[in-house]
Order: sequence, then C-alpha cells, then structure tokens
Amino acid sequence: MSNSFSLQDAARSGLVDVSSNASLTRFLHGLPGVDLVGLEARAAMLGTRSIKTTAKAEGIDLAIRMIDLTTLEGMDTRGKVRSLCAKARRPDPYDATVPSPAAICVYGDMVGHAKDALSGTSIKVAAVATAFPSGRASPRVKLMDVQDAVAQGADEIDMVIDRGAFHEGRYLDVLEEIIAVKAACGNAHLKVILETGELKTYDNIRRASWLGMLGGGDFIKTSTGKVSPAATAPVVLLMLQAIRDFHKSTGQIIGMKPAGGIRTTKDAMKMLVLVKETLGDRWLDPDLFRIGASALLNDLLMQRTKLRTGAYSGPDYVTVD
Amino acid sequence: MTFEYAPALESTSVVSLKDQYGLFINGEFVNAQAGEHFATLNPANEDHLANISQGSSHDIDVAVKAARKAFTTWSAMPGAERGKYLYRIARIIQDRSREIAVLETLDNGKPIRETRDVDIPLVAAHFFHYAGWADKLEYAGMGNNPQPLGVAGQIIPWNFPLLMLAWKIAPALAAGNTVVLKPAEETPLTALLFAEICQQADLPPGVVNIVTGDGSTGRALVEHPDVNKIAFTGSTEVGRLIAHAVAGTHKKVTLELGGKAANIVFDDAPIDQAIEGVVNGIFFNQGHVCCAGSRLLIQESVYDQFMELLYDRCNTLRLGNPLDKNTDVGAINSAAQLARITEIAATGDAEGAHRWTASCAIPEKGFWYPPTIFTDVSQANRIAREEIFGPVLSVLTFRTPEEAIEKANNSPFGLSAGIWTEKGSRILQVASQLRAGVIWANTFNKFDATSPFGGYKESGYGREGGRHGLEPYLKVGV
Repeated sequence: MSNSFSLQDAARSGLVDVSSNASLTRFLHGLPGVDLVGLEARAAMLGTRSIKTTAKAEGIDLAIRMIDLTTLEGMDTRGKVRSLCAKARRPDPYDATVPSPAAICVYGDMVGHAKDALSGTSIKVAAVATAFPSGRASPRVKLMDVQDAVAQGADEIDMVIDRGAFHEGRYLDVLEEIIAVKAACGNAHLKVILETGELKTYDNIRRASWLGMLGGGDFIKTSTGKVSPAATAPVVLLMLQAIRDFHKSTGQIIGMKPAGGIRTTKDAMKMLVLVKETLGDRWLDPDLFRIGASALLNDLLMQRTKLRTGAYSGPDYVTVD
Repeated sequence: MTFEYAPALESTSVVSLKDQYGLFINGEFVNAQAGEHFATLNPANEDHLANISQGSSHDIDVAVKAARKAFTTWSAMPGAERGKYLYRIARIIQDRSREIAVLETLDNGKPIRETRDVDIPLVAAHFFHYAGWADKLEYAGMGNNPQPLGVAGQIIPWNFPLLMLAWKIAPALAAGNTVVLKPAEETPLTALLFAEICQQADLPPGVVNIVTGDGSTGRALVEHPDVNKIAFTGSTEVGRLIAHAVAGTHKKVTLELGGKAANIVFDDAPIDQAIEGVVNGIFFNQGHVCCAGSRLLIQESVYDQFMELLYDRCNTLRLGNPLDKNTDVGAINSAAQLARITEIAATGDAEGAHRWTASCAIPEKGFWYPPTIFTDVSQANRIAREEIFGPVLSVLTFRTPEEAIEKANNSPFGLSAGIWTEKGSRILQVASQLRAGVIWANTFNKFDATSPFGGYKESGYGREGGRHGLEPYLKVGV
C-alpha cells in the first residue's frame, strides 16, 4: 500500500492531467458537486442506526484497535508520552482482554520516547509533521520536519495540506507538496490531513480528498483537532465516498482517519456505521480506518465494562493518562 | 471484520390492542348496526391484530347525522377556540408518538424508522400548522369571510394511514367543518387510536367520526345526500367512480390519486445525493407512495457510473422486521398488493426489460417483495406506464433535456417529479415545463405541512397542505 507516488504516477493513472495547474483545476472542478442538504440528511439517517448487544461489543473492541491515541499539546512532556504509551500497552488495568490501540500519535520531538516506551509491541508511532497544525512554514522546513520524524523511527506521518494554497486555487502546489512529503516518508505511511474545518465547503473537501489520494497518501484524514468543526459525520461520509470513487477509478485502496471531536462510544459506533455502509466490511480494519482521539478510549473502556458486567463503573475506574 | 448489526427491536409493550373495535360516532365507540367484523393483520408476519367493525350505510347515516348536528356549534365557535382543540390534539400526538409509531408499523408493515422519523412527526406538524390557520381564515386569501362547507366525507388509503388522516382532518376542522372519515380496511388501527385522542382532547362529540369498513362503506359515504364535500386519496380507478358518483350533486370533491413520477438525473447532478434520492424515491415505504419516483430517467453519459453506484447502494438496504430500528425496507401491506406488484413486474420480464434484484433475504412469513430495478425499459412497457405501488424501479435513459421533459410528461399521471442537477438555471428551466403538481429539485419525497400537494391529469385535483389546503374546505369568496 505504501506505493511511492510521483507526479508522473498521478499523471499515468490516466485520470487526471497534472501538466498544469489549469488542467488539474479542470479535473477537480469536474468532480460531481455535493448537495449539502442531501449529504447531511444521509449522514443523519446513518446516525440513527441502533447498535446493541453483540454488535456493540464487537464495535467497541474494533474501535479500540482503530484508535490513534493522541497527545498534541504544547505542554506535552516525556512523562506524559510514556504514560500514554503505557495506556496503549495495557488500556484497562483490570482487564487483560482489552486490545491495544493501533498507534500513538505525538509531535515529532516525542517520537523517540514513544518508540522506546512501545518497544516489543506492534503499536505504531505516528508523528504529526509539516509544521502541524497550521502548515505555515516553507516547504524546506516542512520536509525537514518529516525527515526528522522518520529518522527518529516514526512509522506513520500525519501531514497537513497547505490550505492557503488550496484557497488560492494553487492545487498543483498542494499536490506537489504531498508528493514530496510522501517521498520523504520512505517506508513510513502517510496520512494527509485536509483540515476540513478550514476548507469550509463540501465541494472543497471532495477536491482536497482527491489531491490527498493522487499525491500518494495512504490515508486521508479530516482534521488536526485544533480547528472546529472537525470530523463531523457528513464530512466523514463525503471523504469515504471519495475513497470509494478513487478505488473504483484506480483500484487503489486508501484508508480514512477521522480525528477531532470523537469522544464517546456512540460517536465511534457512528463512524463504524459510516464505513460499513459506504465502503463495506473490507475497510473495517485498523489498516484502513483509524480514529484520532484521546478521551474516546476511556469512554470505550467504560462501555466495554458495562456490557460485560452490567454495571457502569464510572470515570474513577479508568486511568487518566 | 463484519460488524453485523444485532437485532434492535422497538418494544411493542407501549401498544395495547383490543380484541375488537367499534365505530367512533358522536364521541363514543359504538357497535356497528349489523355487528359484522373483519380482521386486520400484521403484514410482516400475518399475525391477527384485531377485529374491526364493518360499517354499513346505516352506520354512515348515523355518523353523518352526528357530524351535521356538531357542525352547528363547531362552525360557530370562534376560530381561536377551534385552534385550541387542534393544538391540543397535536400535542397529544407528540406525547404518544412512540405508541402511535409502533401501532402504525404493526398494522401497515412499514419500518419503525419511518413511522418514528417521518409519518408521526408530520402528523403532528399538520395539526400544528392548521391549528394556526383556524383563527386566520380571513387572511388566507380566500375572500373576506370564508365559510365552512358543512360535513366532509373523507376516505383515506393504507400507505400512510395516520398521515393521510391528518392531511384530511386537520384542514377540515380548522376551517370549521365536521368530518366522517373512513380509514382503509387494511390499516384502521391508528385512526381508531386517533379517535381515542379526540376523546382525550375533549373534542366536542360529532366533530370527528370514524367509520371503518370496506369499499361499500366508502360508497355509502360518497353517496350520502347530506355530505357537502368528498376528499379521497387512493387509486385512480376508485377516484373515477367517486367522480361519477358526485357528478351533478352539490358536493365539492378533491381527489389525490396515482402517479408514475419521473426522477430525472442530469449528468451534472450531485451523484451521491442523487443516488440517495432515487433510493428514497422508490424504496421509501416499500414504494407504496403515490408520488414515488418510479421512473428513473437518467442521462446516457452518466448511465454506467450511476447504475453501478445504485446497485451497490441498493445491496446495503436492510429488508426485514419492520420493528427493527435498523430496517430500511419493510413488508408489502397486503397479499393483494403483493399479487399486484408481482403481476405487473412480471410484465417487465415478458416485455423484454432486464430485472435486477437486491441481495437481501426474504422472511418466510408475511408479504415481501425485494427492491427491484428494471433496466432496458421503454416508454411502451407496462412497467413504465402503470403505477406499480411497490419497490420496483423502471430505468429509462435520455440524451437531452428536451427528451427528458418529453418522456417525463408522457404519462397519464402528473403527481410529482424530481430533477437532479447542480445547475440552478436548469432546475428552473426543466421544472417550468414538467406537468406535475409537486416538483422536487435535488431531493425527493420531502413533505412539509406548509407546502401544497396534489396532481395534474389522472393524478387527481385539488391541493392538500399549506394555505392551499384550506381552499377545498371553504366556500371561497362568499
């Protein structure tokens, strides 16, 4: 899946003429429009799915395995990262059957500490890079940011696209930057953050999704978590539809990562429903669907205990990390 | 990983069914004169639900007399006072919405998600809307002092039982009329629950009368000499009989009949939302919708792409127990309707159309028909011309907007149509040339209490809903 993409690859796909910004613009603006009312109605309808008993139990464990357990604060310390890694190794001190989340997601300077703390496990370390969250730095600095995180051992890179360039209509610049970051990733998987809350319209989100996939992103991701709104149901649905269309056109399978605002088990179940009914069961896999979250894990653990014991233990029985 | 949804059944404990129901006349439940009954079934499993009284022409006469008597006081009551009763009814419907939704699903077979999220909220909305009109009739644009007609005879179908009751009763009462309503024999239970709600709201006796029965009961109501107005929703065939029966009398008539709506998808449509609109247009309520988008007209340049997505989407439809909160497609309402759907769909095969069926398991008991799509359909085929009233979509193609409009209008019906395009000017250009009473742009099967609904040609005449919906219940311009 970690195909190294170049502009030539994008061009060779035959889908899109990337010889100029004008031709790329024509392609992106030729994608089907998005009707806001209809998209939101469909997302709301899928939000009414009732997930009970066995489905809920299965969904909770699946959601735990899909989490990118995240801390992205200016005041992150080595101690905080170590504690989060310990949580990932053993999410519930009272129950060894709880699976681990897929990855820990940290700033670049914490990658080495996270790798140490997770050694011997299959839990990945993801680093945000490219002048996260704003993306406002020179291309040179952004690439160095990526290279540094990869050198420290990051398994996955979460980059942000240049929203300024996007709004200026410089789509080719956005695409070329993604391609360059992908090249800098080496074997690390690339997640392309669109920051949908700054793209504003659903049409923009569909176009940016295509840029992320054409540029070689292994995943496309909604948000940094620093901008609201973030991973709303309609946005996630729309990006899943873009992944479906890309798959139909190229045969390539791209992953999806909603992040930002997913805090409760109910939120997580809604995400799984969106995936199941848009892309199908194949995407119900931590290799293809991740949930970027911090508080979510504890709510999943409390609901998991409640399902198993019938009693709601409360927040004092899950660890605060 | 499969993440199969576990059963999520809505509880039926909120509903208390009686073994046997009487007629609701003059504020009370009474026995039918002849004492005859018929059964109403749960179409999802063929369980017997209750015995329903067969109203005779004598019972109709008693009900009309009660309505005539009540009319004197009801019509003289200040509009604001009538409004209070309607508001009260609307609030009780909201309070008891879960009970009503479950009962409707049991009797009709439609999914609980639809009764809960569509039917019952709309029922309350219609009563709220017309409650507001009751003291504002002078400002409805129908003359200085519009007067009620008298006794309205109302006959409603089985596809949206309580919603059709609301469409009929709310404007009639707001305008100062009294009513005798005959629910469909297949789905009388929510109308009888509504009778209880009228009692709960202290509605004066005789203002609303509900007489259950079959077609003969309906005929007695239509032919009763002291009825001032007939409002009918149902088949074009019965609509014709009613038009004949009232011809030459003083009775005002509104008829809301069949349809064969064109859902037109242009190549610049918002494709994913158009897919949803097409699915909702024909599979909502198992296609038991007079305004269903039963003809998909799709521009040839996007045909292949669109159909692939449409088949994929239809394979995700969840058919099964209507009480399961995750069910998308419920049961066909009756054995007779299932036979009719099966018969007309078979002509699609015989006339050379290509049948596609959604991959969903069919329950063993009850009346079921899987979501079905016919391609290679031509305008001459029966499945392109006749109303099937079931989950069967006929797909036709077009090359130009002119061709789409021509094909859409080439139907004896004219109830509704849909246009899918991101281009605003095309919406206006096409909509202005379609001969249909309701035209949706980038949506379908969207109903609102403030919006008029009704048809052209064989789809009937008169409008229900909104300000326009008052007109059939008023002596206009007096």
